[in-house]
Amino acid sequence: MKKIWAWGALLFSLLYFTLPLIGMTNFSLKMRRGEYSFDAYGKVFTDPRFQETFTYSVMQALFTIVFGVLLVVPTAYWVRLKLPRLRPVIEFITLLPLVIPAIVIVFGYIRLYNTSSWLPLTGTVTGTNILLMFGYATLALPYMYRAVDTGLRTIDVATLTEAAQSLGAGWATILAKIILPNVLVAVLSGAFLTFAIVIGEFTMAALLNRPAFGPYMQLLGANRAYEPAALAVIAFGITWGCLGLIQLVSRFQKSAPPKA
Amino acid sequence: MSSAKPDASPPARRLPLHWLGIVPFAAFVTLFLILPTMKIVVGAFQTPDGSFTLDNIRGLFTPSILAAYWISIKISIASALLGCLIGFAMASAIVFGGLPKGIRGPLLTFSGVASNFAGVPLAFAFLATLGPVGILTVFLRSNFGFDLRMLGFNLLSFWGLTITYLFFQIPLMILIITPALDGLKREWREAAEILGATGPQYWRMVAFPILLPSLLGTLALLFANAFGAVATAIALTGSSLSIVPILLFAQIRGDVLGNPHLGYALAFGMIVVTGIANAIYIWLRARSERWLK
Amino acid sequence: MSFLSLTSLKKSFGPVQVVHDFNMDIEKGEFVSFLGPSGCGKTTVLRMIAGFETPTSGKIVINGRDQNSLKPNQRNIGMVFQAYALFPNMNVQDNVAFGLKVAGVDKSEIEARVKQMLGLIKLEHLADRFPYQLSGGQQQRVALARAIAVKPQVLLLDEPLSALDAKIRVSLREEIRQIQQQLGITTVFVTHDQEEALSISDRIVVMNAGRADQIGTPFEIYNTPSTRFVASFVGTLNIIEGKVTDPASGSVTIGNQQVALKDPIAGMKGGDSISLALRPEAGSIAEGAKGDTALAGEVVSTSFLGSVIRTRLRVGGDVISFDMFNNPGVTPPVSGDNVTLRFAAKDLLVIRE
Repeated sequence: MKKIWAWGALLFSLLYFTLPLIGMTNFSLKMRRGEYSFDAYGKVFTDPRFQETFTYSVMQALFTIVFGVLLVVPTAYWVRLKLPRLRPVIEFITLLPLVIPAIVIVFGYIRLYNTSSWLPLTGTVTGTNILLMFGYATLALPYMYRAVDTGLRTIDVATLTEAAQSLGAGWATILAKIILPNVLVAVLSGAFLTFAIVIGEFTMAALLNRPAFGPYMQLLGANRAYEPAALAVIAFGITWGCLGLIQLVSRFQKSAPPKA
Repeated sequence: MSSAKPDASPPARRLPLHWLGIVPFAAFVTLFLILPTMKIVVGAFQTPDGSFTLDNIRGLFTPSILAAYWISIKISIASALLGCLIGFAMASAIVFGGLPKGIRGPLLTFSGVASNFAGVPLAFAFLATLGPVGILTVFLRSNFGFDLRMLGFNLLSFWGLTITYLFFQIPLMILIITPALDGLKREWREAAEILGATGPQYWRMVAFPILLPSLLGTLALLFANAFGAVATAIALTGSSLSIVPILLFAQIRGDVLGNPHLGYALAFGMIVVTGIANAIYIWLRARSERWLK
Repeated sequence: MSFLSLTSLKKSFGPVQVVHDFNMDIEKGEFVSFLGPSGCGKTTVLRMIAGFETPTSGKIVINGRDQNSLKPNQRNIGMVFQAYALFPNMNVQDNVAFGLKVAGVDKSEIEARVKQMLGLIKLEHLADRFPYQLSGGQQQRVALARAIAVKPQVLLLDEPLSALDAKIRVSLREEIRQIQQQLGITTVFVTHDQEEALSISDRIVVMNAGRADQIGTPFEIYNTPSTRFVASFVGTLNIIEGKVTDPASGSVTIGNQQVALKDPIAGMKGGDSISLALRPEAGSIAEGAKGDTALAGEVVSTSFLGSVIRTRLRVGGDVISFDMFNNPGVTPPVSGDNVTLRFAAKDLLVIRE
């Protein structure tokens, strides 16, 4: 009796979740009439716009990750160590991007940092790229902060810091050589998640007019039939890859240190 | 919040410099999260020359804009509620349903992937499945003479969007609620049982109240998640379905409403809606978790 | 006919048999402890009584009614868990009222009953607290009140004290015993702590590897253990290995010394190995100590435990301990001293495996 509904739920989800995946895969292979082929993929991969936008988004993702780590790790560490009473506030702030829609945030950017403002970031290409990167860092903030904070919870920050200080280490050394290696897995999880978010992001890139992968996919979707399905398969593969890497690094962590 | 115990804090140093450590973070969120949002809020109450007005807000109360809000809210509520319900059913099938142990890991991994598989590619996947020439549409038509279009189903509609959004809503629910279900101790169930409670009584009086804060939080999150989703909607519908994010997108791109400051009001309205959703959540949560530390 | 009777209970998890042929009759109002190391099957027996586990075979009868076909929520049993298991979303009052509420008892009656229960555990002043606001001892008292509020036929206590501090453990066990006697509830108590079991029970079942090794009063279990396992698990009995020289006269060789048991040794012949047990408090090395039997040995160590001085003595191949009361007028022996331990022959028990 109990098992029946459990299997029913499983079957339903299997259908609901696999059908779209089968649908897009099937569609992506049907470019040639009457037979399956990889033509759609060939078209996509050889499209210079694909290469351009994909590279652009990968670069954006990497910069976002670096910036996010540099911003989040010291902050989360410092809050845990010295300002524990601020933790609820910081946590609340980091969750805001889940509540305030991205389109609203980017709309604010456009109005706040336009050419006639005090910080005319959108006036130059580099400025806009940096602004977009900050936008991505904002979107990824909830995930990055949570991952790092959870990682920090498992280590005794105060003791490690005191031990390092008693050996004469400075703050930079403590962060880089003690804290970061200990939360590396958490940081990597946050990084891969950030990558998955940034690579397909559409709204911010489109509204800031940057040649990113997300807007490219949308454009292609509006004009072509089979290539979008191929892109969807590729994007799904990338997401799967990122999440798979998270699993891999966390499994690595579980097996690495011997049980205390 | 209780006030700090006076004996717990060390004697004050000459210069309390601890706060310096979070200056970079504070500067970042101020510049790229708080100020942009404030700009929208303030702008919603300003005329182009900067004086105070309520005209922008009043401008929202036109039938077409109200309709856009209404359908957005409906889709968000429907996909959040269904996502919660189905996600909960699946999570409890994993945790309590007696499924083979090997299923749990892959299903959670898949949930992680699917909850992040949103935006443009998700729209493509559903177009390829339920669109006019989608695999399921064609299959049902040619094998069962079942024409989804004739039956009134359209991917570019309330139900179409809801079904599509569920693809990331359900997995998100599964990811959040599975640990919460794991946290239900076996002893609670046994204690309830031995005290004479039936299964439904245990769920109603013990398990559900314990889970309620997580459920409410997830519901609010799923709502905001659907309400702010732009990419999927645009890639799915172009701009043929008038929901708020699409309207705002078009307004930012090209001032389709013919009044730049109406855009502020539109965005402000989105903040208000998700704000209300979260206020309801916080209020309900405060009522439901008096027992939490 | 006894009130709670367990007949030929067996339980296997897959290929592993954790309970072998368990038989026990418990009288109404009796307090019985299942004592044994972890993994001995005591908790499994308890969970079978509660209905959380189904016996592979055997019968559980409470008050003349076969329980095998009843679900846990139909058995009217009270249970207290090791980890308290209070419902975290309810305050003390609602926790205690839970069983009455699901039974559909009148509101006013519930109120009165809860009040009475809280009075019993002396926590009336904490009625509105939530579990996280209580100490472990308080939580466990609430759990006890919750379990007995429904007037159960049988109360099951699954290591209820093992998560608590030593001091609270002692005071709470006395409280449990007192409430149990006051209400006359038939109680089964599972523990791995022999002191707990000895101090609180009417009868003790010592369990080992899924079997009941010995069933008896605390006095019997402690003074006349019937197996080596019981002897070593309960108390700090000394086990001395020896060889039978003459079964008919009960004479045994220990090392190179001869002792005579009180009774002839049945079922053994000369040259057989034999295990003997001696309680630490049964002997004395004082000058002119009473006792018809003596063993000479060398002192290995002496520990001063306050009111008692424990001396470890090498006798033959074994080291045995014995206790004597502290006496400021007598200097305790030091290691290396050769002493003679005197005791009564009846205190030297034969242990059968």
